[in-house]
Amino acid sequence: MPAPDTAPPAFSALEIKSGSVNLLTIKLVDGDLDRVGRQLTEKVQNAPEFFRNAPVVIELSALNTRQTTLDFERLNGVLRTLGLSPVGVRGGHGALNQAAEAAGLAVLAERVETPAREAPKPAVDKAEPPPPTPTGGMSRVIDQPVRSGQRFYAAGGDLIVLAPVSPGAELLADGNIHIYSSLRGRALAGVQGNLGSRIFCLDLQAELIAIGGHYQISENLEESIRGKPVQVFLRDGALIIEDL
Amino acid sequence: MSRIIVVTSGKGGVGKTTTSAAFAMGLAMKGYRTAVIDFDVGLRNLDLIMGCERRVVYDFVNVINGEATLNQALIRDKRRDNLSILPASQTRDKESLTQEGVERVLNELSETFEYIVCDSPAGIERGATLAMYFADDAIVVTNPEVSSVRDSDRMLGILASKSRRAEQGVEPIKEYLLLTRYSPERVRLGEMLSVADVQEILSLHLLGVIPESKSVLSASNSGSPVTLDEKSDAGQAYRDVVRRYLGERVPHRFVEEGKKGLFSRLFGG
Repeated sequence: MPAPDTAPPAFSALEIKSGSVNLLTIKLVDGDLDRVGRQLTEKVQNAPEFFRNAPVVIELSALNTRQTTLDFERLNGVLRTLGLSPVGVRGGHGALNQAAEAAGLAVLAERVETPAREAPKPAVDKAEPPPPTPTGGMSRVIDQPVRSGQRFYAAGGDLIVLAPVSPGAELLADGNIHIYSSLRGRALAGVQGNLGSRIFCLDLQAELIAIGGHYQISENLEESIRGKPVQVFLRDGALIIEDL
Repeated sequence: MSRIIVVTSGKGGVGKTTTSAAFAMGLAMKGYRTAVIDFDVGLRNLDLIMGCERRVVYDFVNVINGEATLNQALIRDKRRDNLSILPASQTRDKESLTQEGVERVLNELSETFEYIVCDSPAGIERGATLAMYFADDAIVVTNPEVSSVRDSDRMLGILASKSRRAEQGVEPIKEYLLLTRYSPERVRLGEMLSVADVQEILSLHLLGVIPESKSVLSASNSGSPVTLDEKSDAGQAYRDVVRRYLGERVPHRFVEEGKKGLFSRLFGG
């Protein structure tokens, strides 16, 4: 019997997938590149870690009515000097887009902006740079047990799990993580830097919990909160675990 | 249409081959045309447990490579003529198994057999992933200790994502937990995880509990699946497992410490 040609290829060298990625967007309100350069330098100096090697999109919608063109080569230079990596433009009209393309920037398709769905940010992190706005990310709901070795990521949104999370499993979300069962694996919320995100679970036995890169391992979890329904959030750069 | 059952675990030495042999024999004893395949290429064992090691001429890899027909390689069990064994090759490695080859053999087997039991090797590499890829049901064999439970959990994750059913987006593989080498006495002493502990972590339908039993070792050594030993507790437990798998409601036994009567104390029940 010949093997049916519908058999999936066993080992493929690549996979092509569509996915949404959160990018920093720099909205140009003024076409004066000297002013743009000065003000941006100031912002980057305030939070160099946040901007390091960050891919950025240039938002042109505010320029449409006043500019017919822009020196994108020079803008690229300014951004690269600051350690940013310009990837594309959006919101511009025909001529601006053409000029951007000529400078090697991608013209990104327009999409409908959805309102930001971030958790309320504690007042203390006002000095922090604004987190990247989720670009219309959706919450992701998992209703099967998350097994050791499995990994789920909610890009641009919340991750909601309705079943136990085993040791050796990993949950990641740009937003909050909700677990309506036992958490025995790892949970990392706000992985793109949203320090206002939180973790909620009904039974904390986690191997590791983290918010925006601030983490705590199982060994350091206090006995008093183990096995309890808790929420985890960040205050003054410290992880706070609180009974629900 | 036949049903393909993979017996898997991740961890080695927990009783996959014993279970494959006992389960396949149990299905055959219930009258079903059953085949059992050894996927452990290079570490062939199923033929020993089934007691047909001296009748192996061709093997699974020969059939995949077209060096023998399926009928030449299948060994019919001498005790039950509705049970056949497809042995693994001892001289090759697991790279000899190809997805297309395995699929072709399974398709051909399903023309004749009602149940096809796949005895998976340990690990999560090629042999193990191919053994489960085409499965309809999975029996996850677990010992009541933490490393076995974690490996089973890992295997369940792979079952949920890397099987044909998962890739085609059809109804997922039915997963069953089989707890083997269970000793209620050691659970009481706190040396072993209890059924409840394991179920809490794995959250899985319990197909059965097989007690730790001397009869398993002697059954293996004599090449006679333990299901045939109706006097042994393990043999009875496997018979229950088969009945439960076939949809009967059978209460779980061997979970509690049994009160030993004078008789069984004298004769070592």
